Amino acid sequence: MTRRIPVSAVPAAVWAGAALVGLLLAVALLSLVWTPYPAEQVRVVARLRPPSAAHWLGTDHFGRDVASMLMVGARNSLAVAAAAVGLGLGLGVPLGLAAAALGRWGDELVARLGDLVFAFPAVLSAILLTAALGAGAVNVVVALGLFNAAVLARVTRGAALAVWRREFVRAALALGRGPLSVTLVHVLPNTLGVVVVQTTVLFAVAIVNEAALSYLGLGIQPPSPSWGKMLGDAQTHLFNAPLQAVFPGLAIALSVLGLTLLGDGLRDWLDPRHRSSGLL
Amino acid sequence: MMQTRARRLAVAAGMALMAVPLMIATGTTGGPTAAWGQGRSDLVIGMPLEPPHLDPTAGAAAAIKEVTYANLFETLVRIDASGAMVPGLAQSWTVSADGLSYRFALRPGARFHDGAPCDAAAVKFSLDRARGAESVNAQKGYFAAIAAVETPDPHSVVVTLSRPDGLFLFHLGAGDAAIVSPASAAGNKQKPVGTGPFKFDRWVAGDRVVLARNPEYDGAKPALERVSFRFISDAAAQIAALKAGDVDAFLQFNAFEALPEFRNDPKFTVTVGTTEGETLLSINNARKPFDDVRVRRALAHAIDRKTLIDGVLYGNGVAIGSHFPPHRDGYVDLTGLYPYDPAKAKALLAEAGYPNGFDTTLRLPPPPYARRSGELIAAMLAEVGVRAAVEPVEWAAWLEKTFKGKDFDLTVIAHTEPLDIDVYARDSYYFNYRNPAFVRLEEELNRTQDAGRRKALYGQQQRMLAEDAVNGFLFMLPFVTVQNAKLSGLWVNRPVQANDLTGVAWK
Repeated sequence: MTRRIPVSAVPAAVWAGAALVGLLLAVALLSLVWTPYPAEQVRVVARLRPPSAAHWLGTDHFGRDVASMLMVGARNSLAVAAAAVGLGLGLGVPLGLAAAALGRWGDELVARLGDLVFAFPAVLSAILLTAALGAGAVNVVVALGLFNAAVLARVTRGAALAVWRREFVRAALALGRGPLSVTLVHVLPNTLGVVVVQTTVLFAVAIVNEAALSYLGLGIQPPSPSWGKMLGDAQTHLFNAPLQAVFPGLAIALSVLGLTLLGDGLRDWLDPRHRSSGLL
Repeated sequence: MMQTRARRLAVAAGMALMAVPLMIATGTTGGPTAAWGQGRSDLVIGMPLEPPHLDPTAGAAAAIKEVTYANLFETLVRIDASGAMVPGLAQSWTVSADGLSYRFALRPGARFHDGAPCDAAAVKFSLDRARGAESVNAQKGYFAAIAAVETPDPHSVVVTLSRPDGLFLFHLGAGDAAIVSPASAAGNKQKPVGTGPFKFDRWVAGDRVVLARNPEYDGAKPALERVSFRFISDAAAQIAALKAGDVDAFLQFNAFEALPEFRNDPKFTVTVGTTEGETLLSINNARKPFDDVRVRRALAHAIDRKTLIDGVLYGNGVAIGSHFPPHRDGYVDLTGLYPYDPAKAKALLAEAGYPNGFDTTLRLPPPPYARRSGELIAAMLAEVGVRAAVEPVEWAAWLEKTFKGKDFDLTVIAHTEPLDIDVYARDSYYFNYRNPAFVRLEEELNRTQDAGRRKALYGQQQRMLAEDAVNGFLFMLPFVTVQNAKLSGLWVNRPVQANDLTGVAWK
C-alpha cells in the first residue's frame, strides 16, 4: 500500500485545503487558551460596533466581541463535527466491512438499515430527535452521527466488496485465513483511502448541518457561541448592521471550502486511477 | 462520481449559507409600496402567533382574543382603548349598594351572525356555560362569584353574586366572557358565530384568518369591509412583510432593533404603548435553593434591569419592582428595593450557604423577549456564580412542563392578563408561592369596593411580593405597533387582550 509520492505531486488543492483546515484548527485550539475578550462577556452599551482596533470584527447585539465568539464558535463547530464523524466512523466502517464479509442476509440487513436512515435527510432527523429529546449538542451529534454511519457503511461496503474479489484475497482464503483475519489484514487497509476522502466530505457536511441546527436554535445552546446562532441573531440586523451576518457566514463557507478542497485533493492523491498519467 | 457530487454540494451549501443573508440584505428594500392606502377598505394585520382555535371562551391563548375581541364576539361590558369600561352588548347597567346584584339592559337589536337574536337567554346561557361544571373557560375564576343569572325580560339580565367581587365588571369585559349563542357555541372553535361588526369568513391554517363586515350589525358599522389577520412568528419575516407591504400593520412587533429604521421612514408610523405584561424571571419557590429568600434576593440584586431593557427592548420598556403595571392606579414604585449589586448578591448567596454559587436551569419559551432576556440573565447570573443552563423549549412543552407541571427552576415569561396580582394567592400556581398573609390581603381586596382602600391593599400586596422577592421582576412588555402611516384608529396600548379594529380606517 505504501507509495512514494514526490511532494510536487501533491495537488495544489490539498495544500489550499490543508491551509484552511489548519487555520481553523489553530484558531479553535488558540481559543482554549486565549481570546481577545471572554466570548460570553456582555456589554450592551457597546453593541453593534463596527470593526475597530479594540474589536477586530466589531461587537454583536449584546456587545459581545465577534472575533472571540467566532474563535470559540470554531471550537464548538469542530467538536460537534468531529464527534458526529467519529460516531459515524465507529459505527459505519465496521458495519460496512461486516456487510461485505457476510454477504447475503448480513449485507441485506446493513443495506436496509442504511435505507431507513437515508429516508430522512440528516437535518430533518436531527430536528425530529431534538424535538423528542430536547435541543443540545449531544442530540445533534447523535442525529448527524447516525446519518454519517449510514453513509460510511455504504461507502465502505462498496470498496470492501471490490477488494474481496481481488486475487490476493482469494489466495489468502485458499491458504486457510478466516474472514475476520482477511477483513482486518487485507480488506480494511485497502478501503481506507475511500473512507478518508468520505470522512473529510462528511466533516464539511457536519459543519454546515450543525450551523443549520444552531441557526434554528436546536444545536449548541447559548451562552456558548456558535456560528449558526450568530447567523440567526444577525438576521434582524441585516438592515442596520449587515456585517453581523457576513463574518459567521464567511467562517462557515471557508471551513467547508477548506475541508472539501482537502477531501478532493486527497482523493486524487490516494487513488491511482484519478492521478494523471504523467506522474506515474 | 458520488464523491464529486457530494463535494460540489458541500461547496454550494457553504456558499449558499454565506450568500443568503447578503441576498436578504439587498433584495427586499424595494417592493410594491407605491400608492397603497388610497380608497382602500381592506386591511391586513400582522400578528406573531396563530390562535389554536377561535373560541375565546375555551382557551388561554391570547391570540384567540386578539382576533375575535370586539371584532367578532362582543361582551356585556367592553374595554376601550384607554382601558375604561364602556357599554358593549349591555347598553347600561346598575349595581346594588351591597355590590351583590348587577342588572344589565341589553342592546335590543343585537343579533348573532346566523340571525339568532342575542337576548337575555343567550346571555344567561353564556354565563352559566362559563361557570358550569363542564366549563373549559380559561378564566373560570372570573365567574366563580356568580350565584344566579335571571332573565326578568328578553332584554334584561340580573346577575346575583354570592360575595362581592371588586373586579366582576372588569372581568365581564374580558374576551373570556364573550356572549355566545346556544345554537352555535359548540362550533365556535372552527366556525365562530358572534354578534360583532365583523363575521368570520375563512381561516387558512398556518397563514391567516379573514373576517368580513357584518352588514346586519345593529351598531355603528366599521369603515373596513374586510380584515385579514396574518400570522408571522419570525422577526426577520415580520420586517420583510412590512417593507414589502404584505401587511399594513404589525401589532406586538418584536424586532425592537428595527424600530429606528421604521421611525425614519415616512411611510410608516411606530407607536410604543403599554401592555399588561409584567415580564418575570419566574422562580420555583418550592425548590431548593430557591426556597431560601436570601437566594431569591441575591438573584434580584444580580439582575441589571437597565441593561436588560436596553439589550432586549432597545430601551422601549419600563422597569418594575413588583407584579403591578406602573400605568395602573395603585402602583407603588419598588424598583429601588434591590439595586443592581453583584457583590451584595454574592454575599447573600454565601450567607445562604452557597459561597461558590450553584448550578440551575433557565427554561425559555419561544418569544424573542424571553429568549433574549434569558441569554442576558444567564450571563448576569454567571457573574455572581449562579451557573444557569439555558433550555429553549416550544410553547406546548413550556405549558406542559413549566406552567402545568411546575417542574422547573427558573423561566422567563410575561404575564399579560390585566390586574393579575391575585395569582400569587392561588395555591396551585406555578411559582409555588405560599403566603397566608398575602391570601388574607386578597380576600379583603375581594370584599372591598372603596377605591382608596383597594389602592392601599394593592400597595401592600406589591410590597409583600417585592420583599419576599418571589420572582425576578424585570420590566413591562411594551406594545409596539408598526403601521402604514395612512392608517388611523389602531390602539396604542393594549389594556385587554384585543386587537379592536372597529374604529380603524384609511386616511
